[in-house]
Amino acid sequence: MTEPDALALVAVFLIPLGTALLLMVVPSTERSLLIGITALSGFAMFVLSVMIFLQYDFEGAQFQGVRAWTYMENVGLLGENGIQLKVGIDGIAAAMVLLTGIVILPGTWVSWKIQDRMKDFFILLYILTAGVFGTFVMLDMFVWFLFYEMALLPMYLLIAVWGSTRKEYGAMKLMIMLLAGSILIFTAIFAVYAEAGLGTFDLTQLYGVQFDENFQKIYFPMIAIGCGILAALFPFHSWSPDGHASAPTAVSMLHAGVLMKLGAFGIIRLGFQMLPEGGAFWAPGLMFLGITAALYGAISALRQTDLKLMTGFSSVSHMGYVMVGLGTLNVIGWTGAVLQMFAHGIMTALFFLLIGGMYDQAHNRDIPNFSGMARQMPVWTVFFVIAGLASLGLPGMSGFIAELHIFIGAFRAYPLVGGLAVLTAAITATYLLRMFSQAFFGEFNDRWEHLRDITLAEKCGAAVLAGTILLMGLWPSPWVNRISTTIAETIPLVTL
Amino acid sequence: MDLNFRYELLAPEIAVAVTAVLVMFADAFRNELKLKRNLLPQISLLGLAVALVLSLMLGNVSDDFARLVQVDEFTTFFRVLFIAVTLILIIGSHEYIDRHVNHVGEFYGLLLFSTVGAMLMAGARDLITAYLAIEILSFSLYVTVSLSKNDPRSGEAALKYVLLGGVASAMLLYGLSFIYGVTGSTQYTEISSALSAGNADFETALILGLALVIAGLGFKASAVPFHMWTPDAYEGAPIPITAYLSATSKAATFALFLRWFAGPLLPAIDHWQWILALLSVITMVVGNLVALQQHNIKRLLAYSSIGQVGFMLMCITAISEQTGSALLLHLVGYLITNLAIFMAVIAFYNRTGKEEIAEFKGLAQTNPYLALVITSGLFSLAGMPLLAGFVTKFILFQSVVSAGYLWLVVVALVASTVSLYYYLQVIKQMYLYQPEDDGNGSNERWSLTVTGYLSTGILFVGVVWVGVYATPFYEFADKAIAPLFT
Repeated sequence: MTEPDALALVAVFLIPLGTALLLMVVPSTERSLLIGITALSGFAMFVLSVMIFLQYDFEGAQFQGVRAWTYMENVGLLGENGIQLKVGIDGIAAAMVLLTGIVILPGTWVSWKIQDRMKDFFILLYILTAGVFGTFVMLDMFVWFLFYEMALLPMYLLIAVWGSTRKEYGAMKLMIMLLAGSILIFTAIFAVYAEAGLGTFDLTQLYGVQFDENFQKIYFPMIAIGCGILAALFPFHSWSPDGHASAPTAVSMLHAGVLMKLGAFGIIRLGFQMLPEGGAFWAPGLMFLGITAALYGAISALRQTDLKLMTGFSSVSHMGYVMVGLGTLNVIGWTGAVLQMFAHGIMTALFFLLIGGMYDQAHNRDIPNFSGMARQMPVWTVFFVIAGLASLGLPGMSGFIAELHIFIGAFRAYPLVGGLAVLTAAITATYLLRMFSQAFFGEFNDRWEHLRDITLAEKCGAAVLAGTILLMGLWPSPWVNRISTTIAETIPLVTL
Repeated sequence: MDLNFRYELLAPEIAVAVTAVLVMFADAFRNELKLKRNLLPQISLLGLAVALVLSLMLGNVSDDFARLVQVDEFTTFFRVLFIAVTLILIIGSHEYIDRHVNHVGEFYGLLLFSTVGAMLMAGARDLITAYLAIEILSFSLYVTVSLSKNDPRSGEAALKYVLLGGVASAMLLYGLSFIYGVTGSTQYTEISSALSAGNADFETALILGLALVIAGLGFKASAVPFHMWTPDAYEGAPIPITAYLSATSKAATFALFLRWFAGPLLPAIDHWQWILALLSVITMVVGNLVALQQHNIKRLLAYSSIGQVGFMLMCITAISEQTGSALLLHLVGYLITNLAIFMAVIAFYNRTGKEEIAEFKGLAQTNPYLALVITSGLFSLAGMPLLAGFVTKFILFQSVVSAGYLWLVVVALVASTVSLYYYLQVIKQMYLYQPEDDGNGSNERWSLTVTGYLSTGILFVGVVWVGVYATPFYEFADKAIAPLFT
C-alpha cells in the first residue's frame, strides 16, 4: 500500500474553493454551464476522497501524506514554523474525508433543482465544503480553526435565503449558538498556544507537549463544549432540530451528515489528542451527556410529527452515541464512535435527501398527513426503509456495526450506560417503525394523487448513499482497520 | 546642543502640505484661470502619490529632525498608511464630494492638512510637537464635518464635535503639563529616563496627569465613556469624512498611544495599566451592545468602530513588542475593511441618496457586486475566515493572551460575537428581501462609476489578500514596531 499524496489532500479542499471562485465569474443565467461545472467538481471531490481513503495505509505511520508549507514564521509572536499550511491525515480523518466526498456528490445533484439564485447557492455550499475538507486534513491549529469557522460562515445565508419554515429564526439561532461555541474554542486555542510557549501552532508539536494537569482539566471542557455545540452535545443541541428543519435539502444533508461530525472530530483532535489527561478526567461527564442526549433525542423524536424535526432529534440521539463511545476510553468504544460518525453521516444525508425530494412536491412534512405512500412512491419508500433500518441498527447495515462497537465498549466501561444505550436503540426502532407503518403503508390518501416518485438525480444520489450503507454493513473491515489502528496507536489514554 | 535640521526628513509632510495649499489656491482662482472642477482631486492625488514615494524612500532612515520629529520604520509605516487612506478616499468619493459638499477646495485642502497632522502624530518625539499634530488633525476635521450640503445634521455634528473636542484637548494639555511638571521635559526620551529614576513625591501629580492624558486620547479614539460625540459626528458628517474619522483619525491616535505608552510613559506602567484595561472592557461592551439598536448605517459603523477601539486598547494595556506588532497588523486590516465598507456605502448613496439600514433591501439583486463588498467587509469586521478580520483579530487576541490577559480576550470574544449579530442585520436586508424603489423610480440592476469600481475593488482585494496571506503585512508591522522597543 502507498500513502496518500499530500497534494491530493491539498487538492481536496482547493477543488471546492476553486469551484466557488470560478462560479463567481460565470453568469447566473447559464444554468447548463453551472450544472456542468458543479457536476465535474462534485465528481472530482468524490473520486479524490475515495482515493485518499483507499490509499491510507493502516499499517503505516500515524499521520500520512504530511507536508507543510510555511505561512508565517519568526515574526511578532510567532517562532519557527509559526503558522504553516500543514496537511496530513490519520485513519479517523481518512474516514471523515471519505464521508464528505460521498455526501457532497448527491448533495450537488439534488441542488440542481433549485430555481432561485442557484449560482449563489453553489458558491456558498462549496465554500462550506472546502471548510469541512480543510478541517479534516489540516494539522496546524490556526489553519484548522480557520477552516472550521469557514464551514460555519455560509450556513446563515444558506438557511436564511434558501430554507423553509421559520428559516430566519432557525438560521439566526444556529449561527448564534455555533459562534458561542467558537468563543470557547478560541479561548482554549489561545490559552494552549500561550501555555505551550513553542511559538508554533503545529498540532503534531503541540501533541508532544506535556501540559499541566490542572490546565488540561480547565481547558478540555472548553474544547469539548465548544466543539460539542456543533456536534449537538446535550444540552447545547437545541439549534440542531430547528436548523435542520429550516435548511434546504443539500444543506441539511451536509450539515447533519458532515458538519456535526466536525464537532466530534474537533473534540478528538484538539481535545483528547492535545489534552489527554483532561480528556480522561472529563470522559465520564462526556459519557453522561452523551447517553442523556441519546435518550432525550430518541424520546423527543417519538413526539415529533414533522419528518425533518423527527430526523433532527434522531440526529441528536445518534450523536449522543458518539459521545458515549468517546467516553468509554477503550479502543472498541472509540472505534464505534468514529464508525458511528461515518454511518450516521451517510444515513442522515439519505434521510434528508428523501425528505427533500418529497417536500418539494407535497410542501408538507407532517407524518399523520401521509399514508400508503409505498404505492405512489415505491422507490422513495425503499430507500427510506434502508435509511431507517440503518438508523435503528439492523444487522447488515452500517448502523449496526457502529452501534455494536459502542455498546460493547460501553458495557465494558459502564454496564449501566450500555444498558441505557440499548434501550435507546429500542426507542429508535419504535419511532421509526411507527412512522413507516403510518406513512408508507395503510390506505392511500387520494390527496397525494399528484405526487411522482423522486427524480433521477435523487435516485442516483440515494443509490450512492444506500450503497455505502450496505457496503459498510456487509464489509466493514476497510473502515474498522483504519480507525481502530489509529486509535490504538495514537490516542495515549485509550486502553484495550 | 546641536540640532539636526535635515528638512528632507520631513519631505512627505511638506509635499502633502504644499499640495493642500496648491489645491486651495487652484480653487480660489478657478474662475480666473478657467480650471476644471476635476483638477482639484487630481492635484491632491498627484501630491499624495509624490509623498508616498518620498516616504518609501525614507523607509530605511533612522534619524530625528531637530529632536522634534523621529523618522524611523514606525513613522514610515504610518506615513504610508495615512497617505494610502487619503488616496483611496479621494478616488472613491470625489463624485460624492462634488455633489454633496460645500466649499470643495477647502474640503480637499483640509483633508490633506489633516493627513499631515496624522503623519506628524506618528512621528513626533516631543509632547509639544505631538500636541500640535493632534490639533492640526482635529481642527481640519472640525471644519470638514460641517461641510455637508443641505444637511442640518452636519452643522449640529460639527458643533458637538468641536465643543467636546475642545474640552478633550484642554484635558490632554493639562495632563501633559503635569507630566512635564513631574519629569521636567517634553522630550520622550528624557521623560522616560526621568520616570525610570522615579520620585515618589510626585506620584499624585503623575497619576492625575496620566488620567487626564488617557481621557484626552480616549476622546480622540472615541473610547467609552468619552465617545458621546462619535455617533452624532459620524452621522452628520459627509460620508468620506465619516470614513476618515473611523480610519486615519483612529489609527493616528493609536500611533500616539503606542509612542507614548511604549516609550516615555512605560516606566509608569503600574499607574496606567489598570485604567486602560478598564477602559478597554467598557469600550468593547458598550460599543457593541449599543450598536445592536442602530438603524442608520453610519451610526451602526460608528458604534462598531467604538467596539473595535476596545480591542485595540487591549493591546496598549498588555503593551509589548508582540502586542504592538499585532496592533499594527490589526490596524491595517481594520482600515482596509472599514474603508471598503464606507466606499461601498458612498457608491450606494451616490446612486440612491439613502443611508438607512432598511434601505439596503435587495441590494444583492440590484447590485450583487456592491452587496458582496459590503458583506465581506462586515464579515471581516466580525472576524470571519478568509477575510482580513480573522487573521488580524486572531493574532491580536493571541498576543494579548500571551501577555497574560486572557480575561480581557474572553470579554473581547463575547463582544465580537455580539457584533456579528448586528452585522448580520445589514446582510439580511441585502440578501433576504426583494428590492424596493431605489430612489430613481426603478429597481433594476445598476453599476458603479469607474472610480467607484476602482476604489471598492482595490479595498475588496485588500480585505481578501490580508485574509488569505497576511504575512507581508505582519512582517512590515513587526519591523515598524521594533524601533519603539530598542
